[in-house]
Amino acid sequence: MEKELIKEKQTPFSTNGTDKKKTGKQRLEVLKTYKIYIGGQFPRTESGRYYIATNSKGEQLANICLSSRKDFRDAVVAARNAFKGWPGRAAFNRGQILYRMAEMLEGRKAQFIEELIKQDVTKAQAQKEVNISIDRLIYYAGWCDKYQQLFGTVNPVASSHFNFSVPEPTGVVAAIASQDNSLIGLVSVVAPVIAGGNTSIVLASETKPLCAVSFAEVINSSDVPGGVVNILTGKPSELFSHFASHMDVNAVICCDNDILIQKEMQQKAAGNVKRVLIYKDVNWLGEKGQSPYYIMDTQEIKTTWHPIENIGGGGSGY
Amino acid sequence: MPAVTKIKKERKSAKSNGVPNLPAGRQGLKFNTGWEYAPAPESKAHIKLKDRYELFINGKFVKPSSGKYFETINPATEEKIAEVAEANAADVDKAVKAARNAYEKVWKKMPASERAKYIFRISRMIQERAREFAVIETMDGGKAIRESRDVDVPLAANHFFYYAGWADKLEYAFPNRIPKSLGVAGQIIPWNFPLLMAAWKIAPAIATGNTVVLKPAETTPLTALKLAEIIQESGLPDGVVNIITGFGQTGADIVNHPDIDKIAFTGSTEVGKIIQKAVAGTNKKLTLELGGKAANIIFEDAPLDQAVEGIINGIYFNQGHVCCAGSRLFVQESVYDIVLRKLKDRIETLIVGDPLDKNTDIGAINSKAQLETINKYISIGKKEGAEMYQSSCPIPGRGFFCRPTLFTNVAQSNRIAQEEIFGPVLAVQTFRTDEEVIEKANNTPYGLSAGVWTDKGSKIFNLTTKMRAGVVWANTYNKFDPTSPFGGYKESGYGREGGLHGLAAYMKLV
Repeated sequence: MEKELIKEKQTPFSTNGTDKKKTGKQRLEVLKTYKIYIGGQFPRTESGRYYIATNSKGEQLANICLSSRKDFRDAVVAARNAFKGWPGRAAFNRGQILYRMAEMLEGRKAQFIEELIKQDVTKAQAQKEVNISIDRLIYYAGWCDKYQQLFGTVNPVASSHFNFSVPEPTGVVAAIASQDNSLIGLVSVVAPVIAGGNTSIVLASETKPLCAVSFAEVINSSDVPGGVVNILTGKPSELFSHFASHMDVNAVICCDNDILIQKEMQQKAAGNVKRVLIYKDVNWLGEKGQSPYYIMDTQEIKTTWHPIENIGGGGSGY
Repeated sequence: MPAVTKIKKERKSAKSNGVPNLPAGRQGLKFNTGWEYAPAPESKAHIKLKDRYELFINGKFVKPSSGKYFETINPATEEKIAEVAEANAADVDKAVKAARNAYEKVWKKMPASERAKYIFRISRMIQERAREFAVIETMDGGKAIRESRDVDVPLAANHFFYYAGWADKLEYAFPNRIPKSLGVAGQIIPWNFPLLMAAWKIAPAIATGNTVVLKPAETTPLTALKLAEIIQESGLPDGVVNIITGFGQTGADIVNHPDIDKIAFTGSTEVGKIIQKAVAGTNKKLTLELGGKAANIIFEDAPLDQAVEGIINGIYFNQGHVCCAGSRLFVQESVYDIVLRKLKDRIETLIVGDPLDKNTDIGAINSKAQLETINKYISIGKKEGAEMYQSSCPIPGRGFFCRPTLFTNVAQSNRIAQEEIFGPVLAVQTFRTDEEVIEKANNTPYGLSAGVWTDKGSKIFNLTTKMRAGVVWANTYNKFDPTSPFGGYKESGYGREGGLHGLAAYMKLV
């Protein structure tokens, strides 16, 4: 009720994109429609619903798609389809694609800084957040073809077999991004998941959704195949249980600090033995906000055996 | 000799049961004539078994709070072997307190290299008593003595040896991280590899500095209790390992105990899901080793005789009571006839009988309940329209036994192709192309293991990468090693046991 009162009193959008020139002649800027990102395309939510993103002063920022369960299901279908091709890409290729994401984000720095400032971040903080986001993409780009060497093993079995263990992506990962920030939390969750060959569906911050949608544009222009990253905007309270209970999702990540949401996600995930990652109280802007262990969180270890002939004295060999 | 006469008598009664010895018109190999194996019973004379076993808590064998005991029987003879204590919630609490105390006061503080030496001792002591362990394992669980002796016990001893070596090297295991122990681990293990599962749980947990409360399965408690005796003898500080016996409720009490930091469970997917739900919202870490319905795939260019041995090993080893059993056979159409003929011939040579006889290939089914489950699936298979073929071998008159069975004309959606039977029952399907078999093999909620048989190297690596399973055997099956990580994808669980990767379950990385 109070919000509606505020609505009447103040201008609809805080900056409203009016090109404020000193001469006083104003050019009406084209307002951005914030849509969601599924299967490499930008549909609106199939439910047709929206909510209004506001800043801390209650000023409205934009109409944001209020994604539905059906949007999530569609996104899972897109992610599952994309999983056919994405893990099959050479690790080096994935690295190049993540690097291009960094290039695209760097090129759009000003836009992201502006969007962060709209969402109650100071200019200095905004610059820092965008810089760290770019650098984080580069960090994970570099990991794409190296973590296998660190976390894979050749196992010295006592029988005459060649035996090796390698990490493989777990599959489709559904994530609720950090709700406290608009960009770095999302990037920090998406990058290691896709660097490891998984495909993903991410729910952006409910209160700070602007950068998530713009980030979808960065992804879209980076040769990331459609469906590898799907970005939804909406309410965690409405969607988290679907994220956790969908039977074709292999792992679920929760960055929401709400203990009840965490618990219910863990309970629902048991339905198909999903891997559940709760990233609570992580300072995404700090050093611990990135590591190859985030990649390994959504990897499975596969061990392969093959006999070694025992001709000519044989022995264990490996 | 009386024993030989007994075998002849059982064969005759098999005939009079109406079970045909061979299908009409079968040429060549006749298995019902002449080749009698003389009995080769493994001696029980040297083993030491008590009539009654208490709970092993804080380094001592103590009576259960409730005063209740339950029987454990030999599934091959249906005779009682011993009485075993039934732990209730109060006993679980006692055990957890002992484990917590040992962790905080002793184990956490002990230099890692000293920890290691206790675990090495345990390994060597198992080796010293290997035969006794093997015999008791066979008596309690029904598995053939050749398997207990040659697979279960050596692997268990080696598992302790392998992890003992890791205890003081953990800072090398996780790049850029300092690993720390978790605290008290609650562990629940199944009845199919009782001693080996105890080793798989206890060894990495204590090597990484944790303390343990372990519950063996109710039908197979004895080798875990014998292990408790070794643990006592090894001088391992009191409370580091606690072994308490009981039924599902005891397991639930462990899972729900608030002072446990980590739960490790091996068992059915159904119970695994219950446990995953039960620990939600707590800070307990969890690893699960659950069921499977592995695809064993024979390509036309596979070495067929070896492949047939691999199929047999895949599903009839350990009576099929194996989570990673190759329970779905996929044969490429072009070699279907010859593979099935060889398979059926080979099944006829399998000896189902007294598990303690060294000639026995397939021992007893672990319990009456499990035999009923297997028979239920056999009748489901017939109802679903699949065609059953069963060995015509004789089986003992008493005890729980099941002849090796296979079903042909199986459809992908049949229950016998989708659900885990956990018995010596194989579902056979055919395929024509690689894409088809990959799709069918992966079309299951499980993902524990898979087998691939082909002579072509590049095909091996294509298939092994495409199988969504944690363990893939190429041109072999059912091989295990302490250095080799074992675990599942999807509903077969998460976490790995064995190898470097097996350390992660019991550590937090700082």
